Amino acid sequence: MNSTFWKFAVLAGMGWLAAMAIPRTGGTTEEAKPGIPQPGIPQLGIPSSQQKSGFEFQSKSNRERQEDLTVNPGMLWVDQGAQLWTKAEGASAKSCQDCHGAPERMKGVAARYPAYDTKAKRLHNLDTRVQDCRVSRQQASPIAAESEVLLALTALVAHQSRGMPVTPQIDGASRPAFERGEKLYNERVGQLNLSCAHCHEQNWGQRLRSEVVSQGHGNGYPLYRLEWQKLGSLHRRLRSCYLSVRSEPPAHGSEDHVALELYLAWRAKGLKVETPAIRR
Amino acid sequence: MVGGKDDPVDVRVGENSEAAANEMATARVIVPERARKGETFEIKALIAHPMETGFRKDAVGDAIPRNIITRFACRYDGEQVFAWDLHPGVAANPFVAFHTVATRTGDVELIWTGMNGFEHRERRKVIVT
Repeated sequence: MNSTFWKFAVLAGMGWLAAMAIPRTGGTTEEAKPGIPQPGIPQLGIPSSQQKSGFEFQSKSNRERQEDLTVNPGMLWVDQGAQLWTKAEGASAKSCQDCHGAPERMKGVAARYPAYDTKAKRLHNLDTRVQDCRVSRQQASPIAAESEVLLALTALVAHQSRGMPVTPQIDGASRPAFERGEKLYNERVGQLNLSCAHCHEQNWGQRLRSEVVSQGHGNGYPLYRLEWQKLGSLHRRLRSCYLSVRSEPPAHGSEDHVALELYLAWRAKGLKVETPAIRR
Repeated sequence: MVGGKDDPVDVRVGENSEAAANEMATARVIVPERARKGETFEIKALIAHPMETGFRKDAVGDAIPRNIITRFACRYDGEQVFAWDLHPGVAANPFVAFHTVATRTGDVELIWTGMNGFEHRERRKVIVT
């Protein structure tokens, strides 16, 4: 081997390392000029023309099972939610139905969540919204996170928006949470020192062992995951991501968790709500 | 890969979820309301059940006892037309679809029986013309 080869090899190696260290900025929104970062205007990491729901990364049989509601196992939780909807709870002896009417009236709610609650002065996702209703309105004991009851109620509410585009509000009172979520999404965490964007924006469509990395959209939650053998929340999936990069997940219902969900909803805007979706 | 090391939520069962799981013997059954005599028709049935294999361990290393549905049977107008023995390898929330021949107007009865005294019945009427 002559010295020219080694010079070339070292230079190529340095170039590769430099490329790894520079975060890719990805695509741009329609309004923003390509290549010029616009202060205050968030940039989509994946151009909307390439946006894909996790549905499109699934096998044919899983896709069929999700679409046919008669065989979709997630509907068992929706059915269960419909039973719980009319059940009176707590000191108020009121059911969800007593205030909200039929579950169908919840149509469109999941599509715009997480949303800012001006009374409680906080951002709510469906889980914390149901929890808040239960404690402050029904005056009942809080429901355990990730419990069958909470999953059934959130699945019922989210299912009413099935087929509607995700349209979260990120301006006004939600703005600080959105910016917090954006920061969390792009921040390197854990022993593996990876951010969400490293996998789901820079490497979607590539293989990670036997799996194809998706774009990380949350438009089907709560969803039935074959790995779980049951329905689970977006928080459970995020928790799994955090643990996979060997980091501490934000607590269920915490400010950081809901802020990240808002950023995810904004990334997924325009995709259709698929609850209850089916994933591997 | 249920209960993989990155996902300890699997084996944490809260008080609420246990209470709900007992109530939650929901099934989804699809049987046509009408069928023509001599024709085949399809029956689809999905039931909520954890189908706990008995091979898993919980967060502190104790074995989770087996809890599965062991038998599914379908009676059409009192006569058994389909039956299935279920084993620990069957996934949670088992789904089954099968066909039978429309002979006479009557009830299609679906019966799931399993461990810990589990039993669930669903009945649908089929009108045969």
